[in-house]
Order: sequence, then C-alpha cells, then structure tokens
Amino acid sequence: MNIIVCVKQIPDPETPAASFKVDEAAKKVVPAQGIAPVVNPYDPQATEAALRLKDAAGEGKVTVISLGPDSARDAIKHALAMGADEGVLITDPALEGIDNFQTAVALAKAIEKLGGADLVLMGRASADWDMGVVPTGVGQLLGMPVVTVAKAIEANGGSLKVERVLDDGFQTVEVNTPAVVSISNEFGEPRYPQLRQIMLAAKKTVQVWSAADIGLGADETGAANRWLTLEALYVPKVESNVEIIEGDSPEEKARNLAQKLRAAKLI
Amino acid sequence: MAGILVIAEANDGGVASISYELLGAARQLSAQGGGAVTALIAGDEAKAKDLIAHGADAAFTATNAALASGTPDAYVPAVEAALQASGADIVLLGQTSLGRDLGPALAFKLKTAVAMDCGELKIEGGRLRATRAAYGGNARAEVTFRAALQIATVKPKSFDGLEADASRGGAVTAIDAAGTPRVKVLGTSKPESTGIKLEDATVIVSGGRGLGDASAFGILEQLAGLLKGATGASRAACDLGWYPPSQQVGLTGKIVSPNLYIAVAISGASQHMAGMAGSKNIVAINKDADSNMVKVSKFAIVDDYKKVVPALIEEIKKLA
Repeated sequence: MNIIVCVKQIPDPETPAASFKVDEAAKKVVPAQGIAPVVNPYDPQATEAALRLKDAAGEGKVTVISLGPDSARDAIKHALAMGADEGVLITDPALEGIDNFQTAVALAKAIEKLGGADLVLMGRASADWDMGVVPTGVGQLLGMPVVTVAKAIEANGGSLKVERVLDDGFQTVEVNTPAVVSISNEFGEPRYPQLRQIMLAAKKTVQVWSAADIGLGADETGAANRWLTLEALYVPKVESNVEIIEGDSPEEKARNLAQKLRAAKLI
Repeated sequence: MAGILVIAEANDGGVASISYELLGAARQLSAQGGGAVTALIAGDEAKAKDLIAHGADAAFTATNAALASGTPDAYVPAVEAALQASGADIVLLGQTSLGRDLGPALAFKLKTAVAMDCGELKIEGGRLRATRAAYGGNARAEVTFRAALQIATVKPKSFDGLEADASRGGAVTAIDAAGTPRVKVLGTSKPESTGIKLEDATVIVSGGRGLGDASAFGILEQLAGLLKGATGASRAACDLGWYPPSQQVGLTGKIVSPNLYIAVAISGASQHMAGMAGSKNIVAINKDADSNMVKVSKFAIVDDYKKVVPALIEEIKKLA
C-alpha cells in the first residue's frame, strides 16, 4: 500500500498566551522567543495511522510531504523517525503567506508528481488556522473520495473501513481507494521515536521541491493570489472582568467564592 | 444578484437549532444589504415552513433520498441547484459534522474559498467579511473572498435565532438534485457514557500541570461530584499521565461549553483555551494572578489550590 502523509509545522499551541504576539501590519504571528515550532498535534496521529496500515499490510511505502519554510524539515524528520520511509519538502519564498486553498492545490500537485497514492492521510486540521479544508480540497483536486475526522481505519483489499467522529457519536463508513482520510485526535497515541530510529531517519531521503518543480504557476502562489483574503489579524482584547476573591486566608477566600457562586446561581 | 442561502439541518427532534442561528445571522446580513434569505433543508414541507417562520424569505426542500447519507457528494448538486435558482452569492452552513465537510467540498467544487467556524459576519461594501478565531483563540482573523461566491460555516451559539412568526410567508420549492455518494455509510452509534460526559456536563472541574501530581485529581473529583459535574484535565496533565486522555479538554481533546468551568492550576495556553473558551462562567484557582486563565475568568482565587479546594468543598457542603 502506497501511502502519503501530509504534515505541517506550526507555532507551539502550548505557547503561553502572554508570549503570543501578532504583527498587525504584516498580518503575521511573531514567533515566540525561545519556543520552537512543533509538528501540528494531529499529524503524528496521521503518520501513526499510515504506519499501522503499512504494518498490517506487510508491505508498502509511507511518504511524508510538508509544505513550509526550511524548518518544516523537522516535521518531516519527526515522521521519518516514527518510521515513515521518505520525505518531500515543498519550500519556496513564493509559497509564503499562501492560504489553505492554495496549500491544497500545491499538495495535490506534489502528490501527482509522486505518482499518486492508494491513500493520502492528514491531520483533521492544522492547529494554527484550524480550517480543516485541506483534506477535502486535496481529495477534490485529485478526484478522490474524502473521509474526515477518522478515529480508526482498516484496509480490506481495495477498500477502507473508517470509523469517524461526529458531533453526537460515531459513524462507520466504507470507501474505495484511492482516497483521502483525515485523522482526528481520537485515533490514539502516536508512537514516540526511539533514539535508534532518529539516527536511522537522518539517513532517509528528503527531496526538496520548489513551486516550479510541482508545476505551480505564478497565479497560484503568493499571498496576492489567496482565495481567502486576510484583511486583518490581531490579538483580541481580553475584556478582563475578573473579580479576584479576597480573604485573609485560603479558607476565607473559599468561603467568599462559595457565596459568590451561590449568589450568581452557579451552584 | 445578491442573496443568502442557508443550509439548514434537521436532527431527531426536527429542525436543528443551528439552523435558526444561521437564519438569525442571515437576517442580519440581509438588513446590511446582503439580499433575500433562502434556506435549503433535506426533508419535508413542514420543515421548510418552519424555516420561513424563523426568518427565511423562501425555502427549498431537498427531497432526494441520497441526502440522508449526509455526504458532501450527495449534497453538492442540491446546493448548486439552490444557488442557481436563488441567485444567492453567500452560502451559510453550520460548523457541524455536515458543514465541516460540505463547506470545503462546495468551495473547491465552485472554485471559491470557505471561511470556517466564523463567530461574526457582516456586509461591508456589498461583500461578506467574516471574523474567525485562529491560533487556538489567541488571534482573530478577518477575511474576505476573492471569488464572487462567498461561503462561511458559522460557529454554533454565535448568533441568536429569531422567534417563530407563523404569519411570515414564502415560497417552498422542491429540489430533487443529488449526487452519488462515493462514501458508503455502514452505521452510526452513540458513545457509551460512563458517568457524566464532559461535553454534556453543566459543571466541569479541570486540573493542569500546576497541580504538581496525579493524586490531586482526587479532590477535583470530589468537588466535581459535589456539583454533579465532570472532571477534566489539560493536555499537559494528561501527557504526564496524571489523568486519562479521554478527559482531556482542549484543542486535541474535548471541546466543552459548560455553565461553570472551574480551572485549577491551569495557566491557559491556547491548546487548553481552544477547548473551553466557550464556557459561560469560568472560575480560576491559580497561584499566578497574571495567568491567562485568571484574566478570562469571572471569579478567581489567587492562592494555593491545596488549601483552597478542600475549603471550597466544605463551604459548598454548608450551603447545600
């Protein structure tokens, strides 16, 4: 089974709110000092899903693609250290500031250049923009059916049985491959790369492709060609209306809080 | 030609509440020059009339049985037919299981963008401008669309539905168009619940890394039990193995919106805030007065939770 996993590097969602800054003029997040970017938290689960399917099939190849700055190589390395076979980094100044729609176009072209796949896996969304549109976009552009928010996935010959998470329960669906499946956090813990695998990963191939390498035209790249125009990006003013409960001792504070909660009919 | 097409949804009890919220949003946009409001719902004429009573100027019933699958493959041609017939240039969907998939499917099919999970919408210069949270709620993004057709999914509970007005009239038209689903639904199930589910709890008591050790969850469970609520944890606490991942509140855990959320020793990183920022009333118990969680809360105690929580349990027992 030939599987492609798309991963993304994002600012660490555990960044304390106090360290989160936006350059409003540039409409960009200012990288927090001393806090390294991380792999989008849903993506290791997508890689895990790919590796389990490959293990179950006893054969196949897992290729990891990431689109981003040169540092996105680390997101690929993480997947390679987990056990993926090869990596592709799509990086180009022309891809800075593009939106999720342009990203889907670029990923679809890269997947075509790789000769397609039986299965394309991704995290359910990236935790930075949290749009969740790329899996559907890549599927549509490649003419593949899409199954989103999967918590379990099983391959049976040319079809997949996928358990999905709905708002109010679960759904089991069947789909023929080739297909795109997005993986949710309910999938379960991804494996943690061991030191030996990290060393092995250093020897695995990571191809680097530019926008031109995957056949993107000038009208498909750059922030100027976004489908969704970013008019403003800002940190919302937190209207802090907090009432700090006073008291001479923790016990007195607790008593005052209990009374406040009762008065507000919250308990 | 302007106009707003609302993709309404039904559930076991009839028209789903998100549909009324979408109509409330659409009426606001209409008042700002967005044009007439048309609604589409899979189902019968009674549902269409209900949508008209709640603010639609006209409604389509999508009657093809394929729509029962809830798949974008089935829905897209029905929505295309409704767009054709209504001339709408704005499509609103709920950020629901349906909208989450159908919004992007429509966008890529119709070569336009979709703004997902929007909290605010307005018409500016005749065009839709949508505001949505990004970076786990740390940032807000305001977006507009390059293509003529503008699609947005709306975050539940962001807009108020209108009171039903049975005197409102409007045409109801059936649409039979539907596509063939490539994804076959084999079955659906409800999650088995043990105790109060986090998502359903009206009160949640959560703990974070600041608790210092796993055993501290014992007193949080006591407090939650007393308030007939559920106990949650931040990702940091779950990663440390202090509490089961099934109880994780946050971006990669459960998204909750209880009436009362008591955050004990949680600083409030966006990972966690993304899961609980919708809580109606937040109480923080934290040593750090400057922590994000204290700032967003209604009431806060700045002190050692080890002393505060047991005392709070005793005080609440006294009030009972």
